Amino acid sequence: MMEITQRGSHGDVLTLKDVHVQFHNRLVLQHIEFAIQPGEFVGLIGPNGAGKTTLLKVILGLLTPNRGSVTVDGLPVKHGNPLVGYVPQKIHLEPDTPLRARDLVALGLDGHRWGIPLPSRSRREKVDEVLRAVDALDFADAPVGRLSGGEQQRLLIAQALLTQPKLLLLDEPLSNLDIRSAHEVVRLVSSIAQNQGIAVLLVAHDMNPLLGVMDKIVYLAAGNAAIGTVDEVVQNEVLSRLYGYDVEVIRVRGRILVVGGNNEVSTDLLQPTQHLDSMGGATD
Amino acid sequence: MKKLLHVLFAPGFFTNASVGHAVLVGAVVAIISGVVGVFVVIRGQSYLGHALGDFGATGASATFLFGLATLWGFLGAGVISGAGSDVLGHGHRRRGRDVTTGVIHALVMGIGALLLYFDTTMTNVTGAPETILFGSIFVFDPSLVPVVVVLGVLTLLFLLILYRPLLLSSLDADLAKARGIPVRWVSFFFMCCMAMAVAQSSLVIGALLSTALLIGPAATAVRLTKRTSLAMVWSATIGIAATWLGILLAYDSYDWPPVGRGWPVSFFVTSLILLFYLVSRFRLRHPLTVARETQTESRRKEAIRHEYSVERHS
Amino acid sequence: MSTVWNAILSPGMFSESFMINTWISGTIVAVISGIIGFFVVLRGSAFVAHALPKGGFAGAAGAALLGVNTVIGLALFSVGGALSIGWLSRRGRHDVVTALILTFLLGTGDLFLNLHDVYAPEIYSLLFGEVLGVSGVEIVDTAVLGILCVAALVILYRPLMLASVMSEGAEARGIRVRQIEMCFLVIVGLATAITVPIVGALLTFSLMIAPAAAASYVTHHPMRAVGMSVAIAVVTVWISILVSYDTGLPVGFFVAAIATAAYGLARGWRNLRSRGRLSARDRQKLSEQTS
Ligand SMILES: Nc1ncnc2c1ncn2[C@@H]1O[C@H](COP(=O)(O)OP(=O)(O)O)[C@@H](O)[C@H]1O
Ligand SMILES: [Mg+2]
Repeated sequence: MMEITQRGSHGDVLTLKDVHVQFHNRLVLQHIEFAIQPGEFVGLIGPNGAGKTTLLKVILGLLTPNRGSVTVDGLPVKHGNPLVGYVPQKIHLEPDTPLRARDLVALGLDGHRWGIPLPSRSRREKVDEVLRAVDALDFADAPVGRLSGGEQQRLLIAQALLTQPKLLLLDEPLSNLDIRSAHEVVRLVSSIAQNQGIAVLLVAHDMNPLLGVMDKIVYLAAGNAAIGTVDEVVQNEVLSRLYGYDVEVIRVRGRILVVGGNNEVSTDLLQPTQHLDSMGGATD
Repeated sequence: MKKLLHVLFAPGFFTNASVGHAVLVGAVVAIISGVVGVFVVIRGQSYLGHALGDFGATGASATFLFGLATLWGFLGAGVISGAGSDVLGHGHRRRGRDVTTGVIHALVMGIGALLLYFDTTMTNVTGAPETILFGSIFVFDPSLVPVVVVLGVLTLLFLLILYRPLLLSSLDADLAKARGIPVRWVSFFFMCCMAMAVAQSSLVIGALLSTALLIGPAATAVRLTKRTSLAMVWSATIGIAATWLGILLAYDSYDWPPVGRGWPVSFFVTSLILLFYLVSRFRLRHPLTVARETQTESRRKEAIRHEYSVERHS
Repeated sequence: MSTVWNAILSPGMFSESFMINTWISGTIVAVISGIIGFFVVLRGSAFVAHALPKGGFAGAAGAALLGVNTVIGLALFSVGGALSIGWLSRRGRHDVVTALILTFLLGTGDLFLNLHDVYAPEIYSLLFGEVLGVSGVEIVDTAVLGILCVAALVILYRPLMLASVMSEGAEARGIRVRQIEMCFLVIVGLATAITVPIVGALLTFSLMIAPAAAASYVTHHPMRAVGMSVAIAVVTVWISILVSYDTGLPVGFFVAAIATAAYGLARGWRNLRSRGRLSARDRQKLSEQTS
């Protein structure tokens, strides 16, 4: 871990100290250490397989790190903490799933409770409020399965806001969206961070859509992380140390590309080992 | 030594004609089901693969009634109902596809119930549900052997022609469409392959073993290797092993209690297939496989997309 | 006029005691299946809904072999099957495992049938249903177990819904997704065990899929969809019993046919509606694009 910026730890929403995660003798995250303050918009950027999802799982309390400590709002993480809102990448629903947008969002409020939901004024008002916050009142009664990817993404964000979290985690919210919807989602999340003082940790494998709005970037590669502003972190020397081999940062027309050796590693990272005649782990 | 051999292979195993037939036919069926099954598993169409057996059974009941050759009942009902599921399931994800398959499945089985009722009341066929459900590899009509072999070769040829477009559209339908592959037709033709494979196997070994041989060996094979072509070889091999061992055990079981009755082949084959699968699930858990298993789907697709474009450019 | 009514509602249809039992048990089965069906369709678990009743049938054969109550054999096999499917499945996907467990159960059933001669019509009735032979005692058992299943689903409603539509989100909320899914499978297995002896595997399975699938085309309101699913299932069963009594043909056929017809109608209606008129929102989008 490289300490590029030193910040005080008081009032931090999230702090990670010396986090190590190991799967079957394979070190997936090592020595991760950073903190996020209220209202900060932080991009968690890294190639596929860098351990971004693993890191989110650690913060959600779904995975206990082999070493190190994680605190949310000063307290150790716990499973199902209402202070942490989580936005999954995508929901896969049939077009005719019998579920309206508002039903999906309401699950964020009391989806973990037993029994069937009883209609109540305050429940409806709370749901309406977050629907308004993500500008989704227009389609509140539409069937979820028929909404576009961007609209569904907004509902997922609304759903995560219902427990009044202090930290919002989003796992690759942009990867299934076209450029315009991606832009809308980024703008929405950044306004939520600013207006409601909620800290945001947004995972993406491409940093470009986030360039204007990120306060800080956590760059993850080969299990190592660096934190700082984009200008501080996205440097040849810093990233080369993370990756463990020489990479070069190229800035063209306001876009940033990270290339290493012959292949581009940042915008679209691919595993070069598989042949077409390989089925990616067929399923059961 | 001789005693041991006798325990392993009950006397007469190698000279018995119906055993010889069963071994031959079992191998043919296992190969075809195993090869087709790999795609069934990759595409997540196990349910349709199983339902096709029941569709065929309804067709068979119809042919009982009209006195036609059972084969045509199996094939016709399989292809027609399979096409119905394919058309209705279009535009749905995996979940919705299984639901539409379920609706058609229930309807076809309902019609099957009606036909069976007529079979048992109008003709004197008894035990029809049992025959159709379970069948037996020892009691099939030897005149079917050429039919089965021809049908099997046709199925494999068909699959060979479809291989590449089918693989790509199974892994990433959008990319396949972008490449100009007629994904819907590919899916339909594959369904026909499945119907043919299931028809010929249900015919000789019963609907039950047909499903078992279609899904089980393939599911085990795709855990052993990531290469589709190699998985097909593995799948066929596992299928043959399970079938032959099953036949051997069933033959031996004539000496087991209750003596003289014999345990059914289907019991042994299904148990062996489940056993193989469980072994592949729980013994092969070294770190590498685990890490590979946890790769996300999108990542796999990206890799394939990448490889495909590289291949095209070079 | 009255002769027409007499032809449709044959004498004795509502008065003979075995027919009364038929009406009651058929209705109970329809209500249970309609409710469970909502989740079966939501989760796309059609294969499980097919496999458990069919695999449970093997348990009945085993029970016949040992001379114990068939319901016990059924329950053992269908709940056992549900547990194994849940245990072996990963990330909510279980079609391969379902196929394997189903064939194993059936293979075992074949073994039992081989070791013990079961009367063929008995197999037929377990597979395709014979609603005309239910006793009063069985009805009480069915009702009690059925209420248990429905109560369990009511309790699980929200977590199961969350786990079904958004499993990662559910996990993050502290829901144990695997356990919830396991519970659901066991409920399906249990419902199977109580409905199959009454109406047969085919009927149980048809009622768990087509009515709920039809309902999902008619309404997008989850609670209304549950109600609609139950309503379609109940009406289907009633008409089927009526027609089956009149014609003497197997009731399983009518249930499958009517439920599928309801599905077809609902789906056709939905297609017409979504083709016929644009929603206000779509229109607004279109005008935005053109302007
Ligand atoms: N449960 C697990 N068991 C073993 N390896 C895992 C597990 N989860 C993730 N991994 C491995 O950890 C690495 C990081 O995964 P992940 O956090 O999903 O990456 P990202 O989200 O950045 O693409 C990958 O190599 C993956 O294969
Ligand atoms: Mg990830």
